[in-house]
Amino acid sequence: MATNHIGKPKNRVDGLKKVTGSAKYAAEFNAPGLVHGVVISSAIAKGRIKAIDTHDALEIEGVLHIFTHENTPGLAWFDLSYKDMDSPPGAPFRPLHSDEIQFNMQPIALVVAETLELARFAALRVKVEYEVETHNTKLADSLDEAIEGKGFRAGFEPPKSIGKFEEAYEAADIKLETEYFHGAEHHNPMEMHASTVIYEEDGGLTIYDKTQGVLNSRHYVSMIFGIKRKKIKVISPFVGGAFGSGLRPQYQLFMATLAALELKRPVKVELTRPQMFSFGHRPITIQKLKLAASPDGSLQAVSHSAYSETSRFEKYVENVVNWPKKLYRCENVEEIYKLVQLDMYTPLDMRAPGGATGVYALESAMDELAYKLNMNPLELRLRNYTDEDKGKEKPFSSKTLKECYRVAAEKFGWSQRNPEPRSTREGHNLVGWGMASGIWDAMQTPARAKARLSADGKLEVGSATADIGTGTYTIMTQIAAETLGLPMEQVTAKLGDSSLPFAFLEGGSTTAASVGTAVKYVCDKIARKLLKEAGKIDDSPFKGAKMEDVVFRDENIVDKQDDSVFIPITEVMKLRGLGTIQKKTTALPNFLKQNKYSRNTHSAVFAEVKIDEDLGTIKVTRIVTAIDAGRILNAKTAHSQILGGVVWGVSMALEEDSFMDHHYGRFINHDLAEYHIAVNADMPDIDITFVEEEDHVVSPIGVKGVGEIGLVGVAAAIGNAVYHATGKRIRSLPITLDKAMSEVSAI
Amino acid sequence: MRNQPHETIEDVRSDAIEKHHISLTINGTSYNLEVEPWTSVLDLLREHLNLTGTKKGCDHGQCGACTILLEGKRINSCLTLAIMHDGAEITTIEGLANNDGLHPVQQAFIEHDAFQCGYCTPGQICSTIGLIHEGKAKTLDDIRDLMSGNICRCGAYNNIVKVVQEALENHKNQTP
Repeated sequence: MATNHIGKPKNRVDGLKKVTGSAKYAAEFNAPGLVHGVVISSAIAKGRIKAIDTHDALEIEGVLHIFTHENTPGLAWFDLSYKDMDSPPGAPFRPLHSDEIQFNMQPIALVVAETLELARFAALRVKVEYEVETHNTKLADSLDEAIEGKGFRAGFEPPKSIGKFEEAYEAADIKLETEYFHGAEHHNPMEMHASTVIYEEDGGLTIYDKTQGVLNSRHYVSMIFGIKRKKIKVISPFVGGAFGSGLRPQYQLFMATLAALELKRPVKVELTRPQMFSFGHRPITIQKLKLAASPDGSLQAVSHSAYSETSRFEKYVENVVNWPKKLYRCENVEEIYKLVQLDMYTPLDMRAPGGATGVYALESAMDELAYKLNMNPLELRLRNYTDEDKGKEKPFSSKTLKECYRVAAEKFGWSQRNPEPRSTREGHNLVGWGMASGIWDAMQTPARAKARLSADGKLEVGSATADIGTGTYTIMTQIAAETLGLPMEQVTAKLGDSSLPFAFLEGGSTTAASVGTAVKYVCDKIARKLLKEAGKIDDSPFKGAKMEDVVFRDENIVDKQDDSVFIPITEVMKLRGLGTIQKKTTALPNFLKQNKYSRNTHSAVFAEVKIDEDLGTIKVTRIVTAIDAGRILNAKTAHSQILGGVVWGVSMALEEDSFMDHHYGRFINHDLAEYHIAVNADMPDIDITFVEEEDHVVSPIGVKGVGEIGLVGVAAAIGNAVYHATGKRIRSLPITLDKAMSEVSAI
Repeated sequence: MRNQPHETIEDVRSDAIEKHHISLTINGTSYNLEVEPWTSVLDLLREHLNLTGTKKGCDHGQCGACTILLEGKRINSCLTLAIMHDGAEITTIEGLANNDGLHPVQQAFIEHDAFQCGYCTPGQICSTIGLIHEGKAKTLDDIRDLMSGNICRCGAYNNIVKVVQEALENHKNQTP
């Protein structure tokens, strides 16, 4: 279908604000009399606060109040009140609820002062005495305490084995047993979590929050503080990255709200970078894989098990071991998923939660199997290619992974690869080529949208979703402009405002499919109304015309059969005396249709690494990826989403790792100097192809989502390339030079 | 300022909150300010002058989000105190566009989609402009190295590099 806006590489509609510094983020809203809150974090991982002495700090002029568990008013009684839209099973953490310390860096006090500097200084003068209890933060040493990873959580599929793994494994010719590990990762969006809460004269609240769901923040505040939802307005027009960190309300929201309500003043609380490591991370997993195949490479049996960490108070579950049944044709699959409860904060969904880590281990193991079979790793994937989700026994709503493999392999030059490890050199460097597959879920969630067309032909569309850098503003604008045949400049998209119609959390790669569909539907409604009105105009050529008889193009309603018959939209408004047309709609997924299929995005990733044989330095030099993600709404912003995903993959493979000092039970490299994130100098050439397809099962607008798939598989492709370069398999992420050195020089 | 060691934490505070007069030119506007010695240039901009275009990403000089141009040189504004810069000229992201429109680097960031969430963007843009004036970047690797003080968690690096390459090229063509 020819389009004017959809699919085109359009510039971001919020670009101007972002490059001029006028885009405002949560900590950047001012109000007369604004005061600053600084959070004090606990120094121990487990125990009790024996005493908290705020006397010296309160003596300082300009310090207004210090909130601790001792003076925090009684709030909601039930755990349920603290639950949010992304809570895993369990009892959510309640800030300042009691003297109990449940994890290191737990927020234990909020110092509020006239200036930020003063609050920070006063925080140093608060003395805390603890009664220390023994904590445990060691996953690897605690596997015998593991419990089943189960429980209800949106999007979570409890592990489900199929066939007879043990028998098939025993009977097979070729067997592989291997184990993979990766360290904890932290979201670290560039913007630190912040909330600015304005206490309104009527007792209501206006809250500027860093969140992936303004309605989630509103719900949370409403439930805990007992304020009616209609008296709370949560606004979040710009979010400086989140990657999952904004899916749950973080404690700065609680703190700023508490202080604003008690002091009846506007309060801003911004976390520090170290505190950004204190509220949830991608959990460490220890994964075991057993693969069995016949000599031709056909998989006979797969066992994927994972041990993962969670807190004592919530059971964080994600889909780590659920991917083999979706990626490969195998009748006998065993899935085991276990959690170990430790004295730490609950892990938190982080870009492609479960998939990024589970597929890393699976695709690394598949590479090992390929070598064991003496088979091209790509050939092994194709040998076991499946058009059916073996677990659900359902076909895929769409799957062009085969085409992804073909396109990416060709662009990469995979056929030129010498399969022999350590076979390719370039000066001091060992050169390695590796590949992997990627998979992620494709979903549409219920969403609402509203639209208002004005007499001057300007359109406003709105939904309470978020744009965390994903391009939501832009695709909403494109869809609306396309549907009503308007220039994008005449359309304004609104989001990040709790007074707008319902949208679910902005996460899981669902927003374009969900909110996009709602925007399409509501604009369709306006179009129908316009056509009906156009038919009522005297001598109208559109009397009795149906939607299928016309198109909306160039600000006109145009007869499909005859371009010369048209009427300007503004003319319809004028002649019919319409000031505005306003519509609201709800877009619900077609569950009946969707349930017949398994719905996923897919990718093929090829990586080249160069490793200095003397120094062990590893450089990823090329990534080629081909993506099957349904219809691409904006070639430019979708490309950026995948680009970002690939950068995350490079970062995950080579850099990101937090170190838990088990003596203190604290992440010790909690800043951006010591917790390494890929920087510009780490970047390879990145080649991205979208394989054309539309999936009208996943969403009526053909979209599958691009937020996460770019990351999945990248770390495995890089790890596999490192093996090809060096002949040594490094089974733990990140693959740092010390690991590479010991491995490389061991030869 | 006194030089003897502080005996109590209260002494520290007394020094820190004693205001001093400085004047600054920020984006062409003169400011006469009373600043406390413990206020960083970043906090002065964001918290005291409401110039929130300059971002705080770590407050430790580790991320580059707070990059501004001080006397035309790119610096991390979180790592320096306002009181140290009496008489200085500062350009922030808010001061780059003029009546003719956006600075070419700003426009190029939009065209190349060299950002996603936009939070590191003001720092990346100031850093790009600073880098061009430094005249050190000759190769792609130079650009990548010299832009590595600005972290972009969204991963827009390769698009940022395209902007820098284009800006360097334009700069070369304009300089005889």
